[in-house]
Parts: sequence; structure tokens; C-alpha cells
Amino acid sequence: MKPIPLIAVLLPLALPAFALDGQIQIHDPSTIVRCDGKFYTYGTGGTTLVSEDGWTWTRGAAPPRRGMAPDVIRLGDRYCLYVARNIGAQPRADINLIWSKSLDTNSPDYKWEEAGVVAASDGVEDCNAIDPGLLLDPTDGRLWLVYGSYFGFIRLVELDPKTGQRLHPDSQPVNLAINCEAAVILYHDGWYYLLATHGSCCRGAESGYNIRMGRARKVTGPYLDHTGLGMLQGGGKLFLGSSSRRIGPGHFGWLDLGDGVQKFSCHYEADLDRGGASVLDIRPLLWRDGWPVAGDNLKEGTFQIESARTGTVLELAVEGVPVGGARPRRGGPPGAGGLGGPGGPAARVPGGAAGGGIFGGTGRGPIPPQDVAQVSTNWPVGNVDVRLANYLDQAQQKWAITAVTNAGGYPGSPYFKIAIAGTDRVLAATEDAELVTLPAFTGGPEQLWRIEQLTDGAYRLVTQAGPKTKEPLALSAIGSSSATLARFNPDSDKQRWHLKAP
Amino acid sequence: MFTDPERSLPRCIRRMPAPALVLLTATVLTAAAAESAVRPPAPSLERPASAEKAPSADGFIQRWLILEPIRSNTALTDNAVRETVRREYFPNQFSVIPRDGDKVTVGGEALTWHAVDTKAYNVNLYHFAYARNKPTSFVLFWAVTIVHCPEERRDVRLAIGSNAASVWWVNGQEVIGLYGDRQTVIDDGVSRRLTLKKGANIVRCAVINAGGATDFCARFLDAQEKPLQGFTSSVSADTR
Repeated sequence: MKPIPLIAVLLPLALPAFALDGQIQIHDPSTIVRCDGKFYTYGTGGTTLVSEDGWTWTRGAAPPRRGMAPDVIRLGDRYCLYVARNIGAQPRADINLIWSKSLDTNSPDYKWEEAGVVAASDGVEDCNAIDPGLLLDPTDGRLWLVYGSYFGFIRLVELDPKTGQRLHPDSQPVNLAINCEAAVILYHDGWYYLLATHGSCCRGAESGYNIRMGRARKVTGPYLDHTGLGMLQGGGKLFLGSSSRRIGPGHFGWLDLGDGVQKFSCHYEADLDRGGASVLDIRPLLWRDGWPVAGDNLKEGTFQIESARTGTVLELAVEGVPVGGARPRRGGPPGAGGLGGPGGPAARVPGGAAGGGIFGGTGRGPIPPQDVAQVSTNWPVGNVDVRLANYLDQAQQKWAITAVTNAGGYPGSPYFKIAIAGTDRVLAATEDAELVTLPAFTGGPEQLWRIEQLTDGAYRLVTQAGPKTKEPLALSAIGSSSATLARFNPDSDKQRWHLKAP
Repeated sequence: MFTDPERSLPRCIRRMPAPALVLLTATVLTAAAAESAVRPPAPSLERPASAEKAPSADGFIQRWLILEPIRSNTALTDNAVRETVRREYFPNQFSVIPRDGDKVTVGGEALTWHAVDTKAYNVNLYHFAYARNKPTSFVLFWAVTIVHCPEERRDVRLAIGSNAASVWWVNGQEVIGLYGDRQTVIDDGVSRRLTLKKGANIVRCAVINAGGATDFCARFLDAQEKPLQGFTSSVSADTR
């Protein structure tokens, strides 16, 4: 980050839907780390944000070092916080390590210890030793620190994975990129990805911050973008830029929730729905063609919920009414009144007059959407089963997904309710871990759904808890026409769903 | 499934000149008449040669008692199918465990129960009916098997596929209903978790076909959704 006055300005923040809830104002957030069931992130100026569920955030206690753009990582039983500071005119700076065995101020283990400088810039060299980013390499357990900001290079040094302190302090850092900041390295499937923030920060809605990336087969580089341009030559494939009313994303942080669910954190220089404040966000991380892709948290809407496994969609188990009305099938089974309907002999003539014939449609232009109020009069009252079926644009196949306020959430999103659009019938878990629709939403945990995008872009839909099971269970296509609840298995497509606008 | 008779003809035949078509038709009809006199046994089915049969490697139940088809012109919609299968066709149709060769009378027509083993994962009802000179279209089949478990099995599921609509019962409880004109897909309809008791368990189904091919397949899945093994099927509840 660039130098700014470290003045915390607390703004009254509106709470629009689908941004994190609570106190989320922060600049240069660290990687989000979990400690004793809570989520923590640390920002410039000592800002600490804490969350029980990753959705609703509150301010936490500032660590003893209140520098710039910290990063945090768990090493064994220690939480190591790396905090940068200017120690003179830029680019003279250093990065200090402090550690604690807990991040929870209520824990007896909450006690920060100083562990010294791990990297520095002397004000002359082509580097500004701020904006630390950590990687514990999953392939070999080695610990790496990247750092730097605009003055010259993003650099890489190795740390001791036991202590978090510098290894080989006399060795020359490796240059990885130029003209960027807030770098971090991510390992995935044989590649190292260097994500760094380009553009200008700290200018509110005028900030040009955007996150770019390159990849390399070795942690030491060279990191090339998708065009083959090296990040040492200014290259970088765009990962996330400004969009909609969220301006200037920066400071990527990887959040692995396990079970194949990956997310990333960042801040926006200006969230226009929150008065232009700099705020935290958590979004899905997808992978496509060997590159990370920024996903979006689910927005409210009406969807067809299609199984990635079977291609069939979730529907209320009621007899459907063909959209536009039933029409006869040529040569259909005798007496098949349910398949037939209005239409005389002319209607059975292929290519007949407008409005007739089996391939002629109604001849009356667009068929209006099915009126759920009309077709639902024949639906049973009370609880109704669900099933999977071919999508036919019928009312019992359209689900309105809406956020539930004050019910908590999970990293990036609130809980949702899932109802047949235009009705109060909501999808719920039964006591024996099956599915049912209830006639109305009552707010019970079995009616709250955690809907998360997976790394391939599909979604998983997870209930808060089945009444008997005591564990989250995911919507699962156990058969082409049957759905149930099951423990989420990231290696199966049974619990992967596509949410499509009908 | 229903197959449009005209569209089911190969394109080359549909485009054939009229005289040639007449000749072809005559030939086919002659052949058909000869076939109808003596039909070969169902190629995919055989008579059981043992008292019990283990499921296939994929868990499919391969031994069934099947009643010769009941003529039925019902539609395949949810309500129509439910209404059709709830109608009483023969005494104790939801509880009877017939014996091979038992007869019932439905609509004045004597129909026979046959014990069969299928050589495949599915039970080809078209083969079953055709080999017996019985109708294959617009019909209702009833089938029963007895599943013997050496011990109680909890949290299993019945998983079936059918052409076309079908309703299934395990120990008298309706557990699956599949509606609409459909083809057999393995594990298309899957029941909720259920318990197979130690000893004999009765699995029963009604399959309604509109036209063309007709078959079904059935297996149980264990709590891990893997094909259930460790049981046998028979056509008698008295096997043990």
C-alpha cells in the first residue's frame, strides 16, 4: 500500500444485502485465519475484525503492532502476524513478526511476543519492504514471504516454518514482480500463482486498484501471465477489477474452507453502497483453465436448481401442468386424457394452420409464464415431497432464493430460504435427513440454507443442521428423479448444483 | 415409452415407392403371422434354477414373479398412475405372495404369474410379454420378489428405473412413484432411507407401459449409497 495517514474513520455504514454484515470497514486486510472457531483478519492501522461465522463481523482488539497491511499465518501452535512499518522516508521500511498462541482476547494464550525483523528495505534499493504475504508450501512445508510495494520489486525470502523467522538472512531476496503491491503466493495443482494488486490505492472511488496474477512452476518464478508476459516486466492477468458499485479491489487473501470450498478475501477501496468506505469482502474462488477466477456470492432471485449429476431439476412433487395448456400427441395412447387436452383433428396435423398441428404451437404468440397462483390450487396442502424431473418451465420447478435477515451466515453470505416462487412453500430438512417442503417459513434451522459456489462454478446447498443429524447436510441427487440430504463429498457430483435463471 | 408408429419406421422405408412398400408389407405380415404362432422364449429371461439368487455384482435383483400384463389405457401422469395402481385387479394385490403358475382373473381374462430370472441388470417386460403372446403396449405389469436378509439392514434405499411409470412398495409401504413417459435409467427413483428386516422382505411394483419397449431394474443401496450385497432373492417367502 502507499503511505496514508493512519487515522481510523468510523463511518455509519448502511447494510445493503449481500455485502458482509456488521462492522467490516478495513483497509489492506490480511489473509483471514481461523482460531478456536472464529475468523480473524488484521488491517492497516491496527484494525482487527472478528467473526463467529464469517458473515457478521465486529471490531476486535488491536495487536500491539499497528503497522501497514499485515498478514497472518498459523504455524504449529503459533499465530504469526507480520506487520510492516516505515522507518524513514519511503522506501525505507521493515517487516516485523509478532506471534501469539491465540487470537482470542479471552484466551489465556492470548499474548503477543515480538520476534524481530524478517525483511527490510534500506530506502535506496529497488524495493519497499511492506505488504507481507505468506505461503506455507503444501508440497514441501517450506515457508515463504513475499513483500514489496511499487518502489521496484516484489521480493521473495524464505522463513523458518517452525518460528516464522527469517532463514538465511544474508541471502539475496528473489525478485518476482514489479510495479505492484499486496502480493501473495497461492499453490494449486502444480502451479504457484502470484497475485498482486496493481493500480492506485487510497483514493476512494477514484482508486484504480485491481488484482492481477501470473503463475510459475517454481515458487521462485518466473511468473508469467496468460499472454506469456512476465510479472517482472509488468505483466499480470486480471483476477478482479472494479465492478458494479465496488471500486478498487485489492489485497487478495486465500481462504480454504475445506471440502473443496475455496474463497478469497479482499477489500474494496470504495463500496459505494456504504458511503464509499473501504470494506472487507469474501467471495468464492473458482478455478478455470488453470487460473483462479473470482466468483460472486449468490444474489437473490428465482432459479431452477439443476443437478450437475443428473441434469434434472428440483421440483415440488406435484403433477405438473404443461405451460400453455395440454395439447394432444399425435398417435398418443388411446384414452390418454392426461396427455391430451383441447384440440380437434386439425390440431393433429403436422404443419397445420397457424395455431394448429403438433408442431405449430398455439399460434397466439408468446406463451405467458405459468401462473403459480392458478396451478397451485391443485397442489396438496401441508408438507409435500420434492423430487427431480426434467425442466419444463413449470411453476413447481422455480425456486425463489432469498436471504434471511438476522439468522447469521457463513463466509461471504447470509443464510437463505428456498421457496417455490410465488408461494410460501419452503424447502426443509426432515428429522430423518430427507427433504420436504413446508407450507410456510418459520425460521427453523432446518429451513436455512448455506449456498456456496464451488471451485468449478457449481453450487452446494447445505442445511444448517438436520434435527437428528447434528451436522450440516447437502442437497444430494441420489437418483435422476430423487433427491436427499447427505454429507457433502467434494469428489462427487451428487451434491453439485447449477442455479439457472428460469 | 410410446413410440410414434410412423416415425419409428426407418427413413428408407418411409420413402419407398408404393408397390415396393406393398410387397414389403406383405412379406412382413407373413413373417409376423408365422412368428405369432410360436414365439421363441424371452432371450433375456430364464426360469429360476435354484431356490435363491444373489444380486448381480452391481446389486441388481434378478429374480422376480411377474404377472402377465393387464390391459390398461391409462395416462402416465401422476394422478392417473396413482389411480390406476390403486384399483383392485385381483384379490390381495398389495399383499399376495403368489407362486409360480398361480392364476388370477382380471377383466375376464386369466393371467398367470411366472417366476423368472433375468440375465441382465434389468427385467425386460417386453420380452416377458412378447414371448407369451401377450400385449406389450398399454399394459400394467405387477411384479413381486422376496428379499431375504440374514440380518437387519438399516438406512438402505430401494433404487429403481422403469419404462414407463411405476410404483413400488417394500413390506407394504409405498416407497417410490415414478410418473410420466420415461425410459429405464439405473437409480432413477430412489426411496427414502428404510430398514430391511431380518428374514423375508417383500418388494412389489406396478409398471405401466404406454407403448414400445418396457422394462425395469431394481437394487438396494446401502447407507454409503453403494449397491447392497449380502442378501438373496427368491420367489417364496418360505425359503428360510
